[in-house]
Amino acid sequence: MSVLIFIDHSEGHIKKSSFEALTYGADLAKQLGTSAEGLLLGTVNDDLAALGKYGVTKINQVNNESLNNLDAQVYAKAIGEAATQTGAKVIVFSHNQNGRAVAARVGARLKAGVVTGAVALPKTDGGFVVKKSVFSAKAFANVSINSDIKVISLNPNSYKITAGEGSAAINQLNITVDAPKVKVVSVNKVKGEVPLTEAEIVVSGGRGFKGPENWGILEDLAKTLHAATACSRPVADAHWRPHHEHVGQTGIQIAPNLYFALGISGAIQHLAGVNRSKVIVVVNKDPEAPFFKAADYGIVGDVFEIVPKLTEEIKKLKGIA
Amino acid sequence: MKILVCISKTPDTTSKIAFKDNNSKFDEAGVQWIINPYDEWYALVRAIELKEKDASAVLHLITVGGADVEPIIRKALALGGDEAIRVNAQSDDRYFIAAQIAEVAKQGGYDLIFTGKETIDFNSSSVGGAVAELLDMPYISLATKFELNGTTATVNREIEGGEEVNEVSLPVVISCQKGVAEQRIPNMRGIMAARTKPLKVVEPAAVDQLTSVVSYETPPPKAGVKLVPADNVAELVRLLHEEAKAI
Repeated sequence: MSVLIFIDHSEGHIKKSSFEALTYGADLAKQLGTSAEGLLLGTVNDDLAALGKYGVTKINQVNNESLNNLDAQVYAKAIGEAATQTGAKVIVFSHNQNGRAVAARVGARLKAGVVTGAVALPKTDGGFVVKKSVFSAKAFANVSINSDIKVISLNPNSYKITAGEGSAAINQLNITVDAPKVKVVSVNKVKGEVPLTEAEIVVSGGRGFKGPENWGILEDLAKTLHAATACSRPVADAHWRPHHEHVGQTGIQIAPNLYFALGISGAIQHLAGVNRSKVIVVVNKDPEAPFFKAADYGIVGDVFEIVPKLTEEIKKLKGIA
Repeated sequence: MKILVCISKTPDTTSKIAFKDNNSKFDEAGVQWIINPYDEWYALVRAIELKEKDASAVLHLITVGGADVEPIIRKALALGGDEAIRVNAQSDDRYFIAAQIAEVAKQGGYDLIFTGKETIDFNSSSVGGAVAELLDMPYISLATKFELNGTTATVNREIEGGEEVNEVSLPVVISCQKGVAEQRIPNMRGIMAARTKPLKVVEPAAVDQLTSVVSYETPPPKAGVKLVPADNVAELVRLLHEEAKAI
């Protein structure tokens, strides 16, 4: 009755959200008095044995290069098969893009109850109750999973990664992999930037920047902090910034450790995409901007004046200047 | 071509989120209900566009819920669609909901099933994938673009820091988000037509509920913003470093 953690990867590397899922799954296994194992579909360049440091004893791999592209149907069948072979009772995913494609499918396949968007370890004294984020992060629901096999997907950036010592055994699974029906024609990825959903720090700009030509000061700040850049909906709609930077209810939902909202008023739709951030800093020249109510720190001031100063002070702190 | 669009009823984005009966139920007092925005703006509108291009296309809407969902499904029909199906059951369990949709879809023989990427109340992103599994169809989630050429769909799918362009043959299940279509406002003709469009009510299939909501919680209120004077940016950086330990 082990815990099986799905390990997501892209371009040969395991994603940070999977280190989180591995830590979470290993802690859950400890709580249940059982062992935690990882499951990797496809191939990576990373050292799989080293994943033992997150608390898993074994990494199961289906070593088949056709699995390096995601086809949810093919994945669900392979994961279901792997869960049966390894005797898994709990399967853990990250609630990232690929997790959203696969977790519920695996649940339906195994007739396992699914809770997506989990934010904490389940309560397992006399039941199995998972706390999940609902109402666009305005509340939590405690959801009981009543089936024998259980599927959980963990909200990214909601569980602290802990790495200790340890090495995991590698086990090659013998699973027949179906030919994919979904063909990946091309991948358009922004090169050399921190992916928004994986970033620890996000620097985001709104209409207060007045036009796309003024984004240089924001990018300087982001670079200094190794942060990802984001924007509000009006900015993306006006094509000042690309759509994949738009965070909010209808854009991307993020939960970084630190979120800088610069020149963004803080409409409720925007907050729905960012209010899982741990620390929110707001800079806005309007003291009545609703974002100040959701912020931890704020400066009432002009972004054109404050942002370059912020960059300068952070450079001082980091000893760059 | 037959298209099925899954529709959910959700509280309006600006609704006050509160709970009652010892935090076991969502407090519906004063809540305005809307079509889940992802279902309406993206899934439904894209399906309507496909039907506008192909006059022979049949577009059905489906919802799982009690009679209280009917105004919402009529609102959806006012935008477009030939008929709606309501499975008469109430459940929080995504598997149960997906299984009801799959049961109807099996009989309907749909080429395309659209859902929104998630509902804005339960935020699960689960129903589309589960429906696809139960129908043994391919599934592409978080679509930002959907084009159809004969029976081949080209779909852009969100990935970390970008997009992947996928190609798949119908039938397929797609979860839709921003980019797939633009929001539309129903016109008077649509609203009038919706009143007489068929709305079939079917009884639910016998399906197990695999999960159940035990209780709700609201997060502790924020301590309040700490304002730093505009001429002391260094103090903000100090606080972020020493107090918040965020940089």
